[in-house]
Amino acid sequence: MTPQGFDVVARLVKARSGLVLTPDKLYMLETRLAPMLRQQGIASLDALALRLGRGAPEERLAAAVTEALTTNETSFFRDGTPFEHLRKVLPKLTMARPPGAAVRIWSAACSTGQEAYSVAMLAAELAPQLGGRRVEILGTDIAEEILARAREGAFTQFEVQRGLPVQMLVKYFRQDPAGGGRWRIAEPLRAMARFQSFNLLGDPRALGTFDVIFCRNVLIYFDPPTKAQVLAAVASRLAPDGYLYLGGAETVLGLTDRLVPVPGQRGVHELPRPAALTA
Amino acid sequence: MDTDRISAPGTCLVVDDSRTVRRAARRMLEAQGFIVAEAEDGAQALEACRADLPDLVLLDWNMPVMDGPSFLRAARAEFGPDRPVVMLCTTEAALERILEALEAGAQEYVMKPFDETILRDKLAQVGLLPQSPA
Repeated sequence: MTPQGFDVVARLVKARSGLVLTPDKLYMLETRLAPMLRQQGIASLDALALRLGRGAPEERLAAAVTEALTTNETSFFRDGTPFEHLRKVLPKLTMARPPGAAVRIWSAACSTGQEAYSVAMLAAELAPQLGGRRVEILGTDIAEEILARAREGAFTQFEVQRGLPVQMLVKYFRQDPAGGGRWRIAEPLRAMARFQSFNLLGDPRALGTFDVIFCRNVLIYFDPPTKAQVLAAVASRLAPDGYLYLGGAETVLGLTDRLVPVPGQRGVHELPRPAALTA
Repeated sequence: MDTDRISAPGTCLVVDDSRTVRRAARRMLEAQGFIVAEAEDGAQALEACRADLPDLVLLDWNMPVMDGPSFLRAARAEFGPDRPVVMLCTTEAALERILEALEAGAQEYVMKPFDETILRDKLAQVGLLPQSPA
């Protein structure tokens, strides 16, 4: 790809998303845009740049390029296991709460909201078994622009095809009449979730207690002492009969004794139970 | 749980009038272990299904001779509701179109442009590939 061509794509993506593409990201352009070039029958990255560099580039093409380059590694119902587990335990957890109390679920490091809204969809599916109790979902992350997107609950065509069965897409999303092929989560589900800024290294007490906490694929970015600190903080916010979901490759072993893995359930953790009950 | 290892995902018929799309889809599917056949329109696809019913049909919407939905209805009438699994793969991205395809008996729906990750996700959803770990 010529430097001029790279520049055209970089400027377009920066203007549309804020993402800064430095020339060392050429490999990323190649891998992320290759499928799109093939689908659209565009011969090369330079040919793409030529089309994007025209006075008025085609909106759909420009949007598709931006999406392909900015899509976070996140998807709906990411790594099915926690959601299968939650589907089983949510009715029991809910019914153990007093009538009128809400079940509280925390999506720590929520990114653009896919995890939070996956929980909302699950809660909607399970509604008949929840005895009319409310489900409250809190999503937290550190980047304000990401939180703004999560609050909006609007997702690109790429995003709604990641992890979301089409039956759930048509049931819980509506096409945004205003714009760009986006899909918007149904209002009752959006209303279940709240998003606020929170740093996992901060004091979580003000967030309250949670029956279920998702904290997946975050620990991998921290060193062991910081992992231990985050796990202790998260454990302190968990209800005695609640569950914590970590990423499939993440573990509490050697980091904290305040959480124990649930045998046979990858990524599922709970507070240590009294010995008599664990058998 | 790491229980469900699928050794051979199965056979797939790619139905699209664009040779480029068929080629791209073939490469992605073969990378996942599928044995792939191709058809250029719904009528060819129907013939191919009669000769050898695949596990999966990846189906374009707009094609000459016989379009995707016509193939889908004919296939459901002839082969029943469950086999083959039919996954639309089309630039048609309006909600009404998706509902129409589901009503006609499609199991999944891919909106173009798509990539390997989307295709993999969708194949996992219809149970033709194991759920990918995080």
